[in-house]
Amino acid sequence: MTTININAVNKVFTTGGNDVIALKDINLEIASGEFICLLGPSGCGKSTLLNAIAGFSHPSSGQILAGGKLITEPGPDRGMVFQEYALFPWMSIERNIAFGLEIAGKSAPEIKERVDMLLNMLGLTEFRARYPKDLSGGMRQRVAIARVLALDSPIMLMDEPFGALDALTRRNLQDELLKIWKVFGTTIVFVTHSIEESIYLADRTIVMTYRPGTIKRDVAIDLPRPRDPSDPEFNRLKRMLGEMVMEEQQRHHNAETMAITAD
Amino acid sequence: MNLQTMKRALHGAIVPVAVLLIWQAMSTFGWINPQILPSPVAVLVKWYEYLIPMEAYTPDSGNYLLWMLSGELPHDAWASLSRVLGGFAIGAGLALPLGLLMGTNKTVYKLFDPLVQVLRPIPPIAYIPLAILWFGLGNPPAFFLISIGSFFPVLMNTIAGVRQVDGIYIRAARNLGASQMTMFRRVILPAATPYILAGARIGMGTAFIVVIVAEMIAVNSGLGFRILEAREYFWSDKIIAGMFTIGLFGLAIDIAMNALNNHLLQWHRGLEH
Repeated sequence: MTTININAVNKVFTTGGNDVIALKDINLEIASGEFICLLGPSGCGKSTLLNAIAGFSHPSSGQILAGGKLITEPGPDRGMVFQEYALFPWMSIERNIAFGLEIAGKSAPEIKERVDMLLNMLGLTEFRARYPKDLSGGMRQRVAIARVLALDSPIMLMDEPFGALDALTRRNLQDELLKIWKVFGTTIVFVTHSIEESIYLADRTIVMTYRPGTIKRDVAIDLPRPRDPSDPEFNRLKRMLGEMVMEEQQRHHNAETMAITAD
Repeated sequence: MNLQTMKRALHGAIVPVAVLLIWQAMSTFGWINPQILPSPVAVLVKWYEYLIPMEAYTPDSGNYLLWMLSGELPHDAWASLSRVLGGFAIGAGLALPLGLLMGTNKTVYKLFDPLVQVLRPIPPIAYIPLAILWFGLGNPPAFFLISIGSFFPVLMNTIAGVRQVDGIYIRAARNLGASQMTMFRRVILPAATPYILAGARIGMGTAFIVVIVAEMIAVNSGLGFRILEAREYFWSDKIIAGMFTIGLFGLAIDIAMNALNNHLLQWHRGLEH
């Protein structure tokens, strides 16, 4: 499968004549088939890093390689699941999932077979002819995941995909995602600001600092799956990661307070 | 019909019925000169005469349905409708590709936008003298005026529709590997459709206003011509009958456009963003 190499990546945004260093000297190696969570408060550059891997934006310096190839633009080898679902509202559920396959020029029977398989796998078969507006948030995110799986991407990028869902739907989709990950062996980079979510899902959680975005700690989560959030070790990790994230959240808070007082 | 809808229908009928009764009373009691304002009954009678065929049916009149439609009103209505449809097709047919181009391409937008902004506020009616000078009398100036009337609403909405396409759809499609052409056909165009159809509806409404004015000035057939002609003979009953026909006709066009909208935008109905 496919590894991701992030080498000395910096990203600087210029807003209103000020330079904001979003990412500073990021070095990260993600093994093939690994499940990585990027964790941190908003403004820590975790989504910026994910967008750079997706190819939506380019690092100011440094490079990112997927499967040894330099990333220059978005592509179906790095399927993305967005927090806002980003389903095409004018296409039925079925057509949404088939869209990437149609772009790839697959034959009609091949598309049908794969779409049927994914609809079935994600429990969407009865909704196949419906439109996204008819579906709940959890169902929409299943469709978005199916749309990426249809492409057979070796890498799946997820930008706070379950952030807008209620706790029960969220746990349900987390379990589903772990199942899918096991079946497909996909490399997953998952952005979240939920500490518990990162411990529940990831092989490794990368904690990021608030501006400039750097890697604060790279924490391996060596718990057997399925993981139990009431387990003492789970809770030890939760406390440890919680302290780290809160430190950064405090820096975020201070920076905002200063910005407001300066006005 | 259940009790609720019947109640609502009755409720809605109160004011129109009251107006008709007062209007009829004004004529019946001779409070107002029927030359100025004929009674509703007189208008209805005139409308019926206007609607029915002018000659009796004979076997050599041919098709019965055609004979049924051989009255003055169906003839006028068809004349106006064909102008609206023809003019709209020309106007919207030119506006759509230009709008799509201006919406997607910044260079084209910058080139054409100044001219569009200068021409857009000119009411289509103001083109009448020029239209007659260029095209003489008859259908050509009418088509010209109607196409101008429908051109700008369709153009402006198409540009706005393309420009407002949510960036998230573009990102998702790029992520799936969509080419420029696929992006345009399968993402930008459908995402802009609600705006484009809203523009078409406004354009159709404008076309309908313009056709009546154009027929009053440049053509001698159609609903607009007929009410102006009736004025020359002091047929105020026919003027009002014609006006009601125009109103019903406009309503029918709007209902048809709305039905088309709903059919094409099933995915959009009740969409929250």
